[in-house]
Amino acid sequence: MSILVTPQTRVLVQGITGSFGARHTQLSLAYGTQIVAGVTPGKGGQLFENRVPIFDTVAEAIKQTGATASAIFVPPAFAADAILEGVDAGLDLVVCITEGIPVNDMVKVKRAMEGKQTRLIGPNCPGIVTPGAGTDSQGGCRIGIAPGYIHQQGHVGVVSRSGTLTYEAVWQLTCRGVGQSTCVGIGGDPVNGTSHLDVIKLFQADPDTHGIIMIGEIGGSAEEEAAAWIRSNCRKPVAGFIAGATAPPGRRMGHAGAIVSGGKGTAAAKIAAFKDAGIRVAPTPSEMAETLLKMMPR
Amino acid sequence: MNIHEYQARQLLGQYGVAMPRWEVCDTPEAAKRIAAQLLAEGADLIAVKSQIHAGGRGKGTFKSGFQGGVKLCQTAEDVGEKAKAMLGNMLVTKQTGPEGRLVRKLIIAAAPEIKKEFYLAVLLDRSSSRPVIMASIEGGMDIEEVAARTPEKIIKESIDPAVGMMPYQARKVASALGLKDDLIGPAAKLLLGVYKTWWECDASLVEINPLCLVRTRAGKETLLAVDAKLSLDDNALYRHPNLQAMRDLAEEAPLEIEAGKFNLNYIKLDGNIACLVNGAGLAMATMDIIQHFGGRPANFLDVGGGASHEQVAAAFKIILQDPNVKGILVNIFGGIMDCNVIATGIVAAVKETGLQLPLVVRLEGNNVEAGKKTLAESGLTIIRGGSMADAAQKVVKAVSTS
Repeated sequence: MSILVTPQTRVLVQGITGSFGARHTQLSLAYGTQIVAGVTPGKGGQLFENRVPIFDTVAEAIKQTGATASAIFVPPAFAADAILEGVDAGLDLVVCITEGIPVNDMVKVKRAMEGKQTRLIGPNCPGIVTPGAGTDSQGGCRIGIAPGYIHQQGHVGVVSRSGTLTYEAVWQLTCRGVGQSTCVGIGGDPVNGTSHLDVIKLFQADPDTHGIIMIGEIGGSAEEEAAAWIRSNCRKPVAGFIAGATAPPGRRMGHAGAIVSGGKGTAAAKIAAFKDAGIRVAPTPSEMAETLLKMMPR
Repeated sequence: MNIHEYQARQLLGQYGVAMPRWEVCDTPEAAKRIAAQLLAEGADLIAVKSQIHAGGRGKGTFKSGFQGGVKLCQTAEDVGEKAKAMLGNMLVTKQTGPEGRLVRKLIIAAAPEIKKEFYLAVLLDRSSSRPVIMASIEGGMDIEEVAARTPEKIIKESIDPAVGMMPYQARKVASALGLKDDLIGPAAKLLLGVYKTWWECDASLVEINPLCLVRTRAGKETLLAVDAKLSLDDNALYRHPNLQAMRDLAEEAPLEIEAGKFNLNYIKLDGNIACLVNGAGLAMATMDIIQHFGGRPANFLDVGGGASHEQVAAAFKIILQDPNVKGILVNIFGGIMDCNVIATGIVAAVKETGLQLPLVVRLEGNNVEAGKKTLAESGLTIIRGGSMADAAQKVVKAVSTS
């Protein structure tokens, strides 16, 4: 099993005809993901790569194909609209890859999503991968921009705000012959749909996930909130890493959310919270997998 | 993006936020003229305020030796003299670094008799994903200190973005600040104006510190914003051409501006090991691991997920303009991007710049074998890093022995 998506999940792509969306849709198709529809307003009726039908609206795409999840690749100015279209159409899962969405747009989106059944992952995230059983983990569900081949099917859950740091952790695991249940990039923005804690709860409830790597970074207090819950509720081994110990205060380190402001959100505070919760903290990003594996029975 | 205090005041003024009479100027003559006007209108004291993008101006020192980037004066002549001492000079504060910032503009403002100082800010509460008003009766102080020492003195009011700040919320905050009687109305108007500025300008922070209860010449009490700080959400600037025009490139580090032209995210630090990395999280982690092994990172540099040949070349040139740099660590996890494209870019950049410093390259990911071959066959002295830890240790060693 896995969390959020399985190899059977039927996925549609919002913004399938843009260059970024098209490239990653091709990669997902090659990985074996069930990409069943695309949505680009005005291009309904066309086919993507001679195989994936394109619709004008998400609602129509769902009606015709039974898609339950979506990947969003639309430009930042249109992303809030795209997310809420997916929510309104009743998707279970919306994964927004788009980087650079105005913060207040996301504040409005979060408010509009209150009480709705749709889960949003991202924005500004690499997406989700549930590895498949084939060569280089093919046959899995890849929603987003993560490289599929670095994965291997298995039992470690990975959650992170950062893309490349997730790949680093996943690759360390795969190189040691340890597979993953699901890898989730929750995104580097200050307002996002799903938090570390949300994902940790899903991993805790998933019988197929036996250990967790949680990667955080400076800014906000999401890592501390997850750690507090883990301390009293999580019975699975958790290893962690926090990026940004050397970041100067008051500067945004690439990600819009990666900023130490008003003395809050420091790496030191997050590492202390992790340790307090029994999360083993990797001393360097090179040792994320090793740190978890030391906690797990082989 | 940060803007100057005078620009923040202009925006707040447009949303009806009350403040003492003020004007902005860039010559001592204009400063003197504005001061004379304000004094004629009945001001007893005049504030002269240096305009730079950094805090701690009042306690700052000019490189000329002149003390204080904010001064109170009683006469127009004095204002003119202080303006002369500030304009065209470098002001050093705890936030500017030793090089300081050039003062090119001044605010000349009436300085009323202050009875009480409050703190007021609007910002994003990340844990609720909603705007929050923060206020305190400890105005003029460092709010972080207040929050740490006496958190009960901080008033917080969460705003529902579906309806925005309601007048009752403004009255609630005013009342919590101890304001009464006929001050409640004007206080609520001011608070609503500050919130509206934050929301409509897509600000990330609006801070009024201090917000002052002042006594007018007629003996009446009123509430005025005496200082203003405003930062804007970079992601939203595309829909605010008027705010884009407020960008002051002179306040930004030249190398960071240069990097921005190539869509590179570069932040200069004070160490001597430069790094070039793809992805923000990995870039931060690379800085951390350099420090972990006893080195000091010279910069944060994220070339992005799909770095091109040109971006790698530009990144090398930017890194090498920092005179402190004694070694370079390239750390690329090419998930989708082709490692060989990056390797070719590195080789070209090293040849083009005539690089003499030790260079450690760690490549991992897509088409990595071809990338490693390109580096090995280039004839250049490139130290190969295996894991991140191996690469970091090698660059720290190379720099300490060079």
